Amino acid sequence: MASIKGSGRRGIALHTVLVIGLLLSAFPFYWAVIMSTHTSTEIFSYPPKLVPGSHFLENLRHLFDNIDFFGSMFNSLLVAVSVTVLVLFFDSLAAFVFAKFQFPGRRVLFALMMAIFMVPAQLAAIPQFVIMAKLGWIGTMTALIVPAAANAFGIFWMRQYMKSAIHDELMDASRLDGAGFMRQYWHVALPVVRPGLAFLGIFTFMGQWNDYAWPLIALTNPDNVTLQVALSQLNGTHGTTDYGMVMTGALLALVPLLIVFAIGARQIIGDLGKGAIR
Amino acid sequence: MATAPLLEQPPTAVAEAPTVHPGKGILSHWRLYAAISPFYLLFLCFGLIPVGFSLYLSFHRWDGLGSMEWAGLSQYQYLLGDSDFWSSIGNTIIIWALATFPMIFLAMVTAVMLNSAVRFKNVYRFAYFLPNVTSIVAVAIIFGSVFSTNFGLMNALLQAVGLDQVAWLNTPWGIKVAIATLMTWQWTGYNAIIFLAGLQTVPTELYEAARVDGAGPVQTFFRITLPMLRPTLLFVLVVSTVTGLQSFAEPQVLLQTTANESTYSGGPDHAGRTMVLYFFQQTFDNNDFGYGAAVAWGIFLVVVLFSIINWRLVQRRGEE
Repeated sequence: MASIKGSGRRGIALHTVLVIGLLLSAFPFYWAVIMSTHTSTEIFSYPPKLVPGSHFLENLRHLFDNIDFFGSMFNSLLVAVSVTVLVLFFDSLAAFVFAKFQFPGRRVLFALMMAIFMVPAQLAAIPQFVIMAKLGWIGTMTALIVPAAANAFGIFWMRQYMKSAIHDELMDASRLDGAGFMRQYWHVALPVVRPGLAFLGIFTFMGQWNDYAWPLIALTNPDNVTLQVALSQLNGTHGTTDYGMVMTGALLALVPLLIVFAIGARQIIGDLGKGAIR
Repeated sequence: MATAPLLEQPPTAVAEAPTVHPGKGILSHWRLYAAISPFYLLFLCFGLIPVGFSLYLSFHRWDGLGSMEWAGLSQYQYLLGDSDFWSSIGNTIIIWALATFPMIFLAMVTAVMLNSAVRFKNVYRFAYFLPNVTSIVAVAIIFGSVFSTNFGLMNALLQAVGLDQVAWLNTPWGIKVAIATLMTWQWTGYNAIIFLAGLQTVPTELYEAARVDGAGPVQTFFRITLPMLRPTLLFVLVVSTVTGLQSFAEPQVLLQTTANESTYSGGPDHAGRTMVLYFFQQTFDNNDFGYGAAVAWGIFLVVVLFSIINWRLVQRRGEE
């Protein structure tokens, strides 16, 4: 049945349209590669270049001369990895409690958490900045890591996952064996929810890697920023952008992200759909 | 509650109910409260207190350094008469509409096609999703070069087919179209995959029945696919409303090369200044924390109102 649908004249027309869509999705990436391999004078000429040039190394050298690329990349990695580890631990621990235990105040606390989910970021932005300035965190990566260490989305997601994935028989058996709360979490819950954790981890890493608005405000020292903020600085404020150089930076910044996405693509795309129609 | 000894019950009966910890009182659950406490502590410090404080702040004048002055309702009074704020609402909604309607249409068409083309489905899904995982900063820089006035790719294309060039990032409509194109590119594939998941829940018997009744593809789409997709459509519309009305990074990065006074100014004539961009400008450029807080609450109100309107529109269409 499956093969009939995709073949024949109608199938060819369908795939033609889909391939055009695919090219439109991919083109900006290709365009970035072209620009990162040409000098600015070559880019600003007519007709536009459509095949890669030979100035990649030159652009790379300009990039490294203008921003502390590896320092910024280290900051981005530090923030993204720390937040991902903290979120996975705190969110799954809280989700385990909400999914599998009864205790006074459970409903109220859960409803409160879902309400928090709806509060837009800029409502809290000014006081957050003031509080962190008082704590001495402004200008440091701490200002990015601590507030992101646990979130409502992750707890909600993991709770839904754990409700069906961890069977009550398993919980009872482990309790009869004398396992305490932390042992149940570590030895019963975590092993069976690995796919859910993988989704949350990849999602969190990518979100943190790409985060821009809050780092732009909180990282007040221009020499100590994350990669996204450094790239935005490169883009220049007076119309004198060296596109070859900026594009090289933008492409390099994509590499860790594409690796993580390639590893988890199947998981992310599959689970995204399931979550939306639940 | 905990009087019945658990061991006397057969294991299956225990399995029915969620696990109950033996013991009495709130204190016996201390491990559970400790386990959920990190989220609530963080929320208290960086969520509840800040939101409360921003409400308090919006009734004051404060530059972030000196002492706060009570201002009563004057910040909100000023907000209501602030033509810059109203024009930023207009800009935001125009950009949102220019991006969202083509995006939903394209995403739905893509999803319907993916649902029937079985071969290479995973390749397509992977490629269509890719724009969404890339950072807005990188994407905005790339689109900035594509829409660049002199020698940008878009103008090269226009020139190639004999049309006049457009100063995309220097005219009010050009700016909005450029931002909307960027958003459409980044979110179409994402929403197509969500629609695809929705399509896969439509029972195939419905399509069979329609074909037996002699319905064409267009009729089938409007009579079966669209009604069955309504819950998914609602989800997509609400998510795009909430995220689209709070767009910040797209105009900020795209227009910072043509902005003269501040990186938050939204380009020539402030044509790309969205609500959140205006909030940033008032707060972090002008150090007007009191007014910034009032603007933030104004944005919140607009987003909530607009979401409710969209929700109602899609729901009522469903009842007819």
